[in-house]
Amino acid sequence: MSGPTRAEYCVIACAEAWRGDGEVLASPMGLIPSIGARLARLTFAPDLLLTDGEALLVRPDGTPEGWLPYREHLAWVTGGRRHVMMGASQIDRYGNQNIACIGDWERPRRQLLGVRGAPVNTLNNPTSYWIPRHSRRVFVERVDMVCGVGYDRAAGARYHRIPRVVSDLGVFDFATTDHSMRLASLHPGVTVEQVRAATGFGLTVPDDVPPTREPTAEELRLIREVVDPAGARAREVGA
Amino acid sequence: MRDKTMSADEAVSRLSSGMTLGIGGWGSRRKPMALVRGLLRSGITDLTVVSYGGPDVGMLAAAGRIRRLVTAFVTLDSIPLEPHYRAARERGAFALTEIDEAMFLWGLRAAANRLPFLPVRAGFGSDVMRVNPGLRTVTSPYEDGETFVAVPALRMDAALVHVNRADRSGNGQYLGPDPYFDDLFCAAADTAYVSCERIVDTAELTKEGPPQTLLVRRHTVTGVVETPNGAHFTSCAPDYGRDEAFQKTYATTPWPDFKAGYLGGDEQAYQAAVREGT
Repeated sequence: MSGPTRAEYCVIACAEAWRGDGEVLASPMGLIPSIGARLARLTFAPDLLLTDGEALLVRPDGTPEGWLPYREHLAWVTGGRRHVMMGASQIDRYGNQNIACIGDWERPRRQLLGVRGAPVNTLNNPTSYWIPRHSRRVFVERVDMVCGVGYDRAAGARYHRIPRVVSDLGVFDFATTDHSMRLASLHPGVTVEQVRAATGFGLTVPDDVPPTREPTAEELRLIREVVDPAGARAREVGA
Repeated sequence: MRDKTMSADEAVSRLSSGMTLGIGGWGSRRKPMALVRGLLRSGITDLTVVSYGGPDVGMLAAAGRIRRLVTAFVTLDSIPLEPHYRAARERGAFALTEIDEAMFLWGLRAAANRLPFLPVRAGFGSDVMRVNPGLRTVTSPYEDGETFVAVPALRMDAALVHVNRADRSGNGQYLGPDPYFDDLFCAAADTAYVSCERIVDTAELTKEGPPQTLLVRRHTVTGVVETPNGAHFTSCAPDYGRDEAFQKTYATTPWPDFKAGYLGGDEQAYQAAVREGT
């Protein structure tokens, strides 16, 4: 078997977000987080609940084990037994996330999706982020509209937690004294300089940054033969 | 039981400019598009539209019928960004009340329960509070003392929804996997117009699905409109999926051309134009 690709390191890094979560709903937005959630369920997080992205709770093979229409999903968020991995058009050093619009909200330069469920997600259940193309356009000093709430704005929010941010360059967390973003691991082949150059704010970089962990042979087999045999992951993150 | 059947144009004729209008479905899924097309044929404008938005919002925005939109997002699902909605927002064509998806649901529930508001743990820290300065908060009267956003009831003058089957008195049935929020829209509105793929006898309703598929109750319904393929081009599972090719045409055709090509005539003309195009 050939060595892991960048996309496969990203899958592992996303999967790791759900490690130790127990019997909670994994809500991945985007392809690589979806592969990661299924991989986690098939390996080290067997109690995870998965959705088909529509109205069903499913096992990793897609067969239903429950019903989860949008109204129940929104209610489930507030119950907290869920860990979502959302996307971000912009994200800042404290984890404030924007998917609503670019520019002034009153008259946006680029209208995007809207706030969606980001405000309720971030105040009720752990919210991680997946960013397939790490750049200064995404990792910004200040987001134009706060949809997902970051640590500096979450004072008193008892259930607020952002476990990790995964990009195509590395994994980031908020394990600093002021809960600002820190480089937690680098995907193999990526340098600290590359990450700094692609990040629009001052990032905390520890003296020793570990590499993102290697997938095991069994994990690679599951990704390649069971979860994503068509290789769709390479379209989201190239080599 | 009263016979509430009527045509799409008759339903639209009961609406008027300046109304607050709720539109059911979600994104580009089970949208009452035939009723929206009816609205586009009418002169009705100056609307406050309440919607988990899809092409219903895109079309009404492109046609300049919206004064204010209440939403958490507008999307075509397989095409993430709704191009006509985007263009309208970027030229400042209407006012926006942007709220979180869950706040939207709580607002519907408040209206359906005749409550002025419901508390929800959402909004604080986000710019939803900045762009909606009218939002109020409420503090728990119990020991926890926590403060919540008091989501105002989303009471509407009229709701438009589309379901798979209905009887003549307004009992509406969904046969797909997700009810979306259509029953809540009907209960949260003073009047509600339910379009359906097919009107069936009441006794037939439980032949295609179990009793729990009977989503919309007749006491919340003003009019029933039989309009086959009426959610086109959005999905109406299991009767049909989203017409992806047509949706792409919609998303890539300049609005005046789309309007001229498909919306110049009545619903039958629209359906015929769709058939000719495919």
